[in-house]
Amino acid sequence: MDERLQRILPRVQKPARYVGGEYNQIIKDKAEVRLRMAFCFPDTYEIGMSNLGMRILYGCLNDLPGVWCERVFAPWGDMEDEMRREGIPLWALESGDPVSDFDVVAFSLGYEMAYTNVLNMLDLSGIPLRSADRPGLRPLVFAGGTSCCNPEPLADFMDLMVLGEGEEIDAELLKLYQTALDEDWSKQQFLLEAAKLGGVYVPSLYEPVYDENGLLIEMRALPGAPETVTKRIISDFDSSYFPVEPIVPSTEIVHDRVTLELFRGCIRGCRFCQAGYVYRPVRSRSAEKLVQQGVESVKNTGYQQISLSSLSSSDYRGLPDLCDGLLDYGEARGISLALPSLRADNFSMDIMQRIQKVRRSGLTFAPEAGSQRLRDAINKNVCEADLLESCRVAFAGGWNGVKLYFMLGLPTETDEDIVAIAELATKVLHCWKQHASNKSRGVRITVSTSCFVPKPHTPFQWEAQVSMEEYKRRVRLLRETMTAKAITYNWHDPETSYLEAALSRGDRRVGNAIEAAWRSGAKMDSWSEFFSFERWMQAFESCGLDPAFYATRERTQDEVLPWSRVDMGVRADVLWQERERSRAATITPDCREKCSACGAACLLKGGKCDG
Amino acid sequence: MDKLRLLFEKTGRAVYISHLDLMRTMQRAFLRAELPLRYSEGFNPHAQISMLLPLPLGQESVCELMDFRVYADCDLAAMPAQLSAVLPEGIAVRSAYEPLRKGRDLKWLRVRGRFIYDNGATQALAEKLAQFYSRESIVILRRTKRGEGESDIRPAIREFSVQAQGSEVLLDAVVSAQEPTLNPELLVSALRQLAPELVPDAAYFRRTAVYDAEMQEFR
Ligand code: SF4
Repeated sequence: MDERLQRILPRVQKPARYVGGEYNQIIKDKAEVRLRMAFCFPDTYEIGMSNLGMRILYGCLNDLPGVWCERVFAPWGDMEDEMRREGIPLWALESGDPVSDFDVVAFSLGYEMAYTNVLNMLDLSGIPLRSADRPGLRPLVFAGGTSCCNPEPLADFMDLMVLGEGEEIDAELLKLYQTALDEDWSKQQFLLEAAKLGGVYVPSLYEPVYDENGLLIEMRALPGAPETVTKRIISDFDSSYFPVEPIVPSTEIVHDRVTLELFRGCIRGCRFCQAGYVYRPVRSRSAEKLVQQGVESVKNTGYQQISLSSLSSSDYRGLPDLCDGLLDYGEARGISLALPSLRADNFSMDIMQRIQKVRRSGLTFAPEAGSQRLRDAINKNVCEADLLESCRVAFAGGWNGVKLYFMLGLPTETDEDIVAIAELATKVLHCWKQHASNKSRGVRITVSTSCFVPKPHTPFQWEAQVSMEEYKRRVRLLRETMTAKAITYNWHDPETSYLEAALSRGDRRVGNAIEAAWRSGAKMDSWSEFFSFERWMQAFESCGLDPAFYATRERTQDEVLPWSRVDMGVRADVLWQERERSRAATITPDCREKCSACGAACLLKGGKCDG
Repeated sequence: MDKLRLLFEKTGRAVYISHLDLMRTMQRAFLRAELPLRYSEGFNPHAQISMLLPLPLGQESVCELMDFRVYADCDLAAMPAQLSAVLPEGIAVRSAYEPLRKGRDLKWLRVRGRFIYDNGATQALAEKLAQFYSRESIVILRRTKRGEGESDIRPAIREFSVQAQGSEVLLDAVVSAQEPTLNPELLVSALRQLAPELVPDAAYFRRTAVYDAEMQEFR
């Protein structure tokens, strides 16, 4: 270990997160490694190590012969200060080598608020921020992850972006890159070849064209650029790679447990949900395989909790078998099961009670909207009767806390819809009064609201976000309506949502604002101790940009969207049709009930969704 | 077979694993090795393990002792290899045995220190250090559970020797392990308070042996 680092470590908070050496980390013999990749997660170790996508790709890429993929995380403020003072560049955990020594520097982009961390990590590595300032083939700087479905805000900084699921395309890309290195290609030559792989968006091959009012009128494809770049998926998810020997951090992280991935995609089609649209189509893993992966992972890690991850666990067909299988193994060994993202509509009493035997966790529902009309408009297929029935079962079974999540500012929302949130919470309270098996401990009902952020590739991608003032007015209205003592109301501040809305639907110019914000000190923007709204507003202004143009402006159907060259599977006309249905509060049946031919099936080998 | 003791090392990158995290790491290692570690009864069972002398963060040790309980007989000769294979880099188990002595008999601790002076360390400097630590009393301000107070750490230093080598002064000290516990870091704090000109630019410590009151190796 670098002696300079050794001197710093005693002075920083939680030094264990900076040194690597954890159980199951992958160490390779440098003499046998031809390509070194620094896999950068633009947030803290605790957040990054909890990310299943990162764990999957880490294992998957290290399975490639000749490739060594190491982890890099964003240092916390105290560590960054020490590093800058001592002139220590950012390093990768496994080898301790500086990131600038690596051939490939890849970022995982899961949320827009991490964008400044990407720039900060490049800077801490001593790598020029902009792709244009990196003329050589080494290092290759690219990104993947959900946020890449609008690649434009970070377009100037990335050599390329990978769309969709990385398991296959990342491997193809690294192989091509190795050839490019071996044959001494120019960077341009490599990028042109990479663009042919499918699923690779090369920003420098597209040129945004604006009109005199600053409206985007064309994403011009330059010679060699594909007309559209279609995301990649794993067709055969059941037999795809899963890391049953994940790294076990030596210090506590956010999700410190085994996580199993039940399925990818979602059958539901909630109109506000980006994940629901961009991860289509749904592909599941068999219960048998999941039990086997769960047992193996537990044995290889010593974890005593298994969490079942998916967008909507109740929709997993094999859920009873899976829970039985895991509990059969786990009950005697004190292993508990966490089942997040259960739906309120088909909440299974049986499963809940089996899980309860091991450990009782809090109950969370996300009706998202208070009234049935608005739930229909957003296609959130939860009805009040089901929600209350689920609560009844839970209260009768001894639960005494429920958390309810809502969004304010959904398209078409009226004051009536807002008041309906309070009414729904009150009905949940009555339900407890009637059915609680144990009233002595009281009840805690928590209502949380956040400000809706319209996202690319959803039916709401053309919608205006409500202004911050309007959101605050709606919060006040709800607060005044919600009077019962047993109900706690928490609301998120709208500032972050406003910025998120501006970044997520931003065009290439927004990249300048991101850089300006970073230059004036922005980093770790998802952490309240670092986030400064004023700094961001000044950054936008200094670039001659208005965040409202991106956040609170409604787009017309024919406007060219910055992500128009990106195909995430669902056709734009289907998205528009869904938006129209939303205006009419018409629900669209889920994929299992009736396929609405969204286009995502074409991504599958065989071309048919199984639901 | 019920109460057992482990002798293990914690060196290299593992020195940054905190006491609490080490307990969790050990517990998971037992699960990975499928060894019959015993848990307490009750609603929130916890593993029955305890460190005899918690190691301060950042210090190395080749003589850590941990007591634990098992619910079934196990092969003590095989255990060190079984556990070492599933522990993070830097933690290695040396032996497992049924302890003959109670943890409270542990009294003294041998530490090796490396004091690093960026401008070089001379024999003269080493001698000044030796003189400093052989004063009759070394009264320093230290934070204790009861707040800040003065205390004399000199009685807690039993042996002390130094040797200059390149830019380092190597220390070899025997200090009180418990009642009172002398964290070797206090050797540097004392310099900072009483002889600032001798403060090293960096100091690293490693526990090398533990003894009972009669200076017999404690196991
Ligand atoms: S093609 Fe049909 S079944 Fe497949 S994701 Fe689209 S709507 Fe659902």
